[in-house]
Amino acid sequence: MKEQSPNADAISSDHSDCALPTTLSIGARVPRADAYDKVTGKTKFAADYYGENLIWAGVKRAGIAHARLNSVDASRAVKLPGVVGVLTHKDVGGTNRQGVVRRDQPVLVDDKVRHCGDAVALVLAETKEVLDKAIALVTFDIDLLPPVLNAENALKEGSPLVHEENPTGNVLLKGELTIGQGQVAEEQCDLILEASFKTQRQEHAYLETETGWARIDSDGKLKIVCSTQTPFRDRMEVAEALGIDLERVRIVAPYAGGAFGGKDGVTVQTLLGLAALNSEGRPVKMWWDREESFLAGTKRHPAHMYYRLGAKENGELHFLDVRLYLDTGPYDHLGGVVLTLALEHAGGPYRIPHAVLRGWCVYTNNPIGGAFRGFGVTQVTAAMEQMVDQLADRLSMDPLELRHKNAVRRGDKNCAGKTLVGSTGLVDCLEALSKHKLWKQRESWKASAGQFKRRGAGIASLMQASGYGPVVPDYANAKVELTREGNFRVYCGVVDMGQGNAATNLQIAGAILGQESDRIELVQPDTDLTLPSGSASASRCTFTFGNALIGATETLKDRILQRAADLLMAPYKDQVVLVPAGVRNLKTGQEISLSQIAGFLNESERVAIHHFRAPVATDDITSDQDLRLHGLPHTLFSYGVHLALVEVDELTGAVAVEKYVSITDCGKVINPQIYRQQIHGGIAQGLGYALYEDLEVDSGVIRTPNYATYLIPTAVDTPEIESIAVDLYEPTGPFGLKGVGEIAINGPLPAIANALADACTIRLGQSPFTAEKIHGALPKQRQE
Amino acid sequence: MRIKLRITFILNGLETDVDVAPDRRVVDVLREDIGLTGTKESCGAGDCGACTILVDGESRLACLMLAAQLQGRRITTIEGLTPEKSLHRLQRAFVENGGVQCGFCTPGMVLAAVDLLQKNPNPTRRQIREGLAGNLCRCTGYQHIVDSVESAAEEVRNKESL
Repeated sequence: MKEQSPNADAISSDHSDCALPTTLSIGARVPRADAYDKVTGKTKFAADYYGENLIWAGVKRAGIAHARLNSVDASRAVKLPGVVGVLTHKDVGGTNRQGVVRRDQPVLVDDKVRHCGDAVALVLAETKEVLDKAIALVTFDIDLLPPVLNAENALKEGSPLVHEENPTGNVLLKGELTIGQGQVAEEQCDLILEASFKTQRQEHAYLETETGWARIDSDGKLKIVCSTQTPFRDRMEVAEALGIDLERVRIVAPYAGGAFGGKDGVTVQTLLGLAALNSEGRPVKMWWDREESFLAGTKRHPAHMYYRLGAKENGELHFLDVRLYLDTGPYDHLGGVVLTLALEHAGGPYRIPHAVLRGWCVYTNNPIGGAFRGFGVTQVTAAMEQMVDQLADRLSMDPLELRHKNAVRRGDKNCAGKTLVGSTGLVDCLEALSKHKLWKQRESWKASAGQFKRRGAGIASLMQASGYGPVVPDYANAKVELTREGNFRVYCGVVDMGQGNAATNLQIAGAILGQESDRIELVQPDTDLTLPSGSASASRCTFTFGNALIGATETLKDRILQRAADLLMAPYKDQVVLVPAGVRNLKTGQEISLSQIAGFLNESERVAIHHFRAPVATDDITSDQDLRLHGLPHTLFSYGVHLALVEVDELTGAVAVEKYVSITDCGKVINPQIYRQQIHGGIAQGLGYALYEDLEVDSGVIRTPNYATYLIPTAVDTPEIESIAVDLYEPTGPFGLKGVGEIAINGPLPAIANALADACTIRLGQSPFTAEKIHGALPKQRQE
Repeated sequence: MRIKLRITFILNGLETDVDVAPDRRVVDVLREDIGLTGTKESCGAGDCGACTILVDGESRLACLMLAAQLQGRRITTIEGLTPEKSLHRLQRAFVENGGVQCGFCTPGMVLAAVDLLQKNPNPTRRQIREGLAGNLCRCTGYQHIVDSVESAAEEVRNKESL
């Protein structure tokens, strides 16, 4: 390949210099530092690793939901020219098991096939073309077993079992919470509303499918470069599953091309490790195609939710009875944690003194349920916010007023019995919406609908916890270095999969050190170079790592100023300040450059590290240690309220979301642009979930296996979104911030459901709200 | 052994020869044979637009083109949109207006936007949305991407009116 040069398509006057130094301040709308390389195609994702003498690795998938595996026959595949090898569970040296909480998923099937995406054999080949042919030539002998396909039926006596050895049958986790007086309080209510809701499976559908690259390096280490949210946990799982020492595994996590929870845990990592251990030093690449990603990746749990909500005549919520059934597929993944968070949020952000909350996370032979932005909160918010609107309707109350009346305030207990001690801004969000012109003018907007159109307005209140709960430590270790050249380097162990924490880290460090963007660079997560800092999940990335980073940066700053004060003969360090590229003596005006200071510091002095562990709840809500381990309760919550204005076409049932407003309390905003990105992205993903995204499964087989059949929103499907931050200060957050990564996805489904009820007096018990379903439900006279 | 063919085309302004199977996908030729990994693959079936390149100035999908179709064409990938260490006005607009999150759809999205603005230098927001409807993004909700394209178009208008 010859050297690159400009060409005719790039109009010559059309370009300008790349990144110019930017002042990094807290609260400033600073362009993302990672955007420059992403927009020019320079960013190297895990998908972009190849290298000399590459071997392609691929997986033979089961294709059936439930069966006993007797044997694998690779004899025809290995004879194919270009095949390097075929590996089965017999080649796995360790436990051959992976999983986040419970290690119940085989790397390669050794006893039973438990869903269609199970990995039966690992094939290594010289080219992608040979790999595809060889995978097709691998066969296996099985005895079919009756599949478990429905979560509620799976609980019945006599149901086939997904894991025969599980002492609780098909129950992965059962949770039960009694709050206040529990069931007794039902009789004290003036009215009880009852309804059930079904939500569907959702696919993450990130643009970069699961992928990675691995090699045994010259130092004997197994190096795996992969698209992941959890490099440090991956290292542990790879070592255990493959039977090698932890110190022998190195995980490198470049920018991921989207994740949303789908890369919270092992995807390609163990398989790639196994391949690299058997490739005689050659690099190995694995890249699931779109259909394999749909088949083998995790999904948002489909849920069946039974709600009974009791209230007083004046609209005061008094009692809630909830039963949740989550279909978690065949493996734990994070299913139990998802159920626990769903239970904790089942009553929404309201003061409900009495409740009975029960849930079952159930093994089936369907696709694997796992982490997905919102993490169980999305499902229960869909149910609870529709209950609240139905109550408002029954009481002839304004739905916003009813929410305001019952909204949690700081010092209240939420529905799970947790006293809210952090910033609690739901009331601020509701009051901001009540003054918003789209809310105030909604009746006139609705009245101006055209012929055969009906318009409605719907709202939903939101709450999303952040962090890991009371038991699993939610910590981060930040490291900051002053380089010998006088620049700064931030070592971050938390992955950026698009949410923008990498750029935010630079903004935080730059603000504290008084430096512009050109003097600070980021070292991406790498188990050899960066320090353990937990997963990129749970709306905790910037909260937890940001706090650690402030500590490390302040320590380094202090050391630099002290040394500079010595060098500048200032009597004390308060007399000197950091300015771009140097330190200035305020009294004398004399300056010393950072590179000079770096020369006067030895290597260990030029580095600062800081550990931060997030505060946890001490409320004694439950004696169930398993629920506590799975995260109950949390202590910090973000809040929000969404408004959707929709127009329904009476002739086709199609819904158009015309306007959308989101008002959020996620603490102080460090970068308004990144804040809005997270809100908009969550809403778009939530709109797809509300209106058409449905990973349909029939007898364990996915019927919508790709982008052509599983539709996600395009640019023409998403409305213009207005996003407002109420900007309260959270004392425990870095610069007052709280998590914002997940909360927005919880709004669209209930807001649209409530808007549909407002427009057409219909309430569909099952999402998504497709045109067909709406058309079928519209009152007959409107169709004539 | 599969038959290989010598294919000659202009890639990012330079005459380029490759010896490849004529039915090799262009996305593989670019990424694996030439090493230009800025062109992404996400669906391999023409549904998502991540592999968008410019062929004689018009946006095309590299996962649906075969190597033989490159013969004699002028190809632009994201790496060749501007000289090294500079940004095309659309790239700058994406950076400044928050049009980039995970970045995996970004190269295709930018090139689709280049094509869009060449055909319609004054698009409405609706026309921008329609023009980019073949390029999926799962992160941004698109609004910042629409802002980016709108701002780049506006910049040209302002320049012209001077």
